[in-house]
Amino acid sequence: MKVTVYGPGCARCQKTAEVVQQTLEARGIPVELEKVTDYAAMAVAGVMSTPGVALDGKLVSTGKLPTVAEVESWLG
Amino acid sequence: MSTTENTLEPKSTTRLHRWLFTLAVLTPLWLLAYAHLDEFATAVLSLVDLSRATPLGEALHFFFYDTPKVLLLLTGIVFVMGIIQTFFAPERTRALLSGKRLGVGNVLAASLGIVTPFCSCSAVPLFIGFLSAGVPLGVTFSFLISAPMVNEVALVLLFGMFGWKVAALYLLMGLLIAIVAGMVIGRLRMERYLEDWVQKIASGEAGAHVPDEHLNWVQRFDAGWGHVREIVGKVWPYVIAGIALGAGIHGYVPEDFMVSIMGRDAWWSVPAAVLLGVPMYTNAAGIIPIVEALIGKGAALGTVLAFMMSVIALSAPEMIILRKALKPRLIATFAGVVACGIVLVGFVFNAVL
Repeated sequence: MKVTVYGPGCARCQKTAEVVQQTLEARGIPVELEKVTDYAAMAVAGVMSTPGVALDGKLVSTGKLPTVAEVESWLG
Repeated sequence: MSTTENTLEPKSTTRLHRWLFTLAVLTPLWLLAYAHLDEFATAVLSLVDLSRATPLGEALHFFFYDTPKVLLLLTGIVFVMGIIQTFFAPERTRALLSGKRLGVGNVLAASLGIVTPFCSCSAVPLFIGFLSAGVPLGVTFSFLISAPMVNEVALVLLFGMFGWKVAALYLLMGLLIAIVAGMVIGRLRMERYLEDWVQKIASGEAGAHVPDEHLNWVQRFDAGWGHVREIVGKVWPYVIAGIALGAGIHGYVPEDFMVSIMGRDAWWSVPAAVLLGVPMYTNAAGIIPIVEALIGKGAALGTVLAFMMSVIALSAPEMIILRKALKPRLIATFAGVVACGIVLVGFVFNAVL
């Protein structure tokens, strides 16, 4: 699964990438992580507050550090 | 899907009950502690066998009175603000502001700046997100000025250390600067001083949107607690340092030490304080020890508040971040208009108080 983390590289963004990656991998889902730090790309993706997370190109969360339970809820 | 919902339901109800129970216990405890701050400080003094008549006793009493007071206030208010912020996601604030005219829009934007969660690291995406949704440039600036400057931490600290009148004045003056500066920038029609890529995005429609989240109260309480851990966890050392410094001044330093330099008779001290504040970058809590020290030594309140606003609202690092989206001319206008507003506020404070 392709995971995109939008954020300027702050501590919260790093943490977000870790939580998402670990949660997905714990479920046996291979992760292809992409970090977007460019503001123009963030704006185009509709991310207004960082960190933002998109799964396979679909934006699922912005402006917060997601919990493991939240990451699991995105998978449905 | 339905099975997960069924198992989630009872769990979240018990969690809600647990939250309500915790709050029902903690709220009276909080009030009780807040009502007995003076007794607490006096008790500590009698433990170490000191009297308030001595400088050391007075300093210690100040410290053991103010530290629990400010930390209690901070925890309580930040928790409540964390819950309030869950009702004002940036997406929602943007929807409320889009298409609003100058004037009404600026007032609304400045007010929403207080309750919308904001971090200067996402200033640029937020800025562009607002513009692309049809929020006028001037209204966007009102939000961008008010959000960092008028925040609950600054207000709580001012309230705890200088009383509600100073906190209320700071709130009103901060809003006023944000509203007027935004209106001025809007009137100047500076849209062409946005960087080209921003203009391109802003004229089109923004991409995807996160679907509206329906938070339940457990999530809101959790968010409040998370806010407390994040904010109070970060600022408590500054608060204690500030109070310790204040306590030292309270007990020892002669009160009129700073009067000649930063007293109300030195008119040039206000613009000087604002200039001095620009290269400094810290949050509201970090600035409090300095504020406490300056006021303790006889600096005028207006001068010190102008300094505080300048440090928080006009910081060099934030301008560098904004430079990615704004051309130098617009940044200079933004800084100039806000600086003038702060200087005026400093003079007003010095004249009134």
